[in-house]
Amino acid sequence: MKHLNNMKTCLSTILMFLSLLVNAQVKPITPGQPAPEFNLKNVDNKMVSFNDYPTAKGFIIVFTCNTCPYAQGYEQRIIKLNEKFQPLGYPVIAINPNDPKLSPGDSFEKMQERAKSKKYPFPYLFDQGQTATDLYGATKTPHIFLAQRTGKGITIEYTGGIDSDPEGTDLQKTNYLEEAVGALLSGKKPASTVTKAIGCTVRRGR
Amino acid sequence: MIKIFTALLFFCLIFPAKGQQVKLISLTELDKRLEGGKDTTYIINFWATWCAPCLKELPHFEKLRKEHGKEKLKILLVSVDFQSKLNSVKTLSKRLNLKNEVFLLNEKNQQEYIDKIDKNWSGALPATLLLNKSKTRGEFYEKEFTYSELLRTYETFK
Repeated sequence: MKHLNNMKTCLSTILMFLSLLVNAQVKPITPGQPAPEFNLKNVDNKMVSFNDYPTAKGFIIVFTCNTCPYAQGYEQRIIKLNEKFQPLGYPVIAINPNDPKLSPGDSFEKMQERAKSKKYPFPYLFDQGQTATDLYGATKTPHIFLAQRTGKGITIEYTGGIDSDPEGTDLQKTNYLEEAVGALLSGKKPASTVTKAIGCTVRRGR
Repeated sequence: MIKIFTALLFFCLIFPAKGQQVKLISLTELDKRLEGGKDTTYIINFWATWCAPCLKELPHFEKLRKEHGKEKLKILLVSVDFQSKLNSVKTLSKRLNLKNEVFLLNEKNQQEYIDKIDKNWSGALPATLLLNKSKTRGEFYEKEFTYSELLRTYETFK
């Protein structure tokens, strides 16, 4: 009898777990949490991790890809962000979160082509198995995670969008990310730590 | 016989000319549309003309309408394309022969409207909101549905 009960408990746990899997919706990690470590292959075939930047004050981690029109619309702005903030200690690290089986245009070879033709001044990393994507809870491209390095480690300080103007036509736009980096550089916390912006859903293999 | 033929010809001439209506809709207007609607279950799909998984998913909503449209179900397809793309939304709706109601969201501030639609939505497309008015139940899905998933989700909602 006890054995049967155990089995029942076990079965219902499995069922619960399965239903969780079915309903699982990815949630981005929130500001205040440690930035998950990664060690991923760059388009130049070298591995890249936070440790490769011993003097960086933090990182602008951008989940982006080749194929999403929204990500393409932000591509030049991401290059400009790196130009502006790498010298100040906040380099851009771009990660492609898509499974190339579901999105062939986001294969490692296609990433190499795009990085070369658009002259990416920052690493563009391939997330084999989508582990970093899952650790960060990246849901879309582009999806920004701004991290700051302190004595206690590397902490997420801001997540969300780049600015309030995806179409690139609004002169009154708010530069969420620039404002957040600016705040960190002047020893403050960002005024907004989470923003929302439209993007292409991450193509997750199952 | 000629009469029938003329009638058919007339019918054919009228309908393609009418084409797919796409109206701009603000969130307030969308709320009113839902409050004033006579149906029980509402499925609101957020999509865009540039979003490949969305275009793959749209036929599932058409199929659900075809097979279950008589069950007090209303499906609203709300594009979040830029307002300047109204014509692209119209052309695509026509090409995909969408019979569900199609709208273009008349809101500019993503930071505001994404949260208002659902605070758990990060902004990834496609995304779908299911509402049951009689049970005052709502659920938001930031994902791409297969037809069987969509049907199953609808069955638990109606």
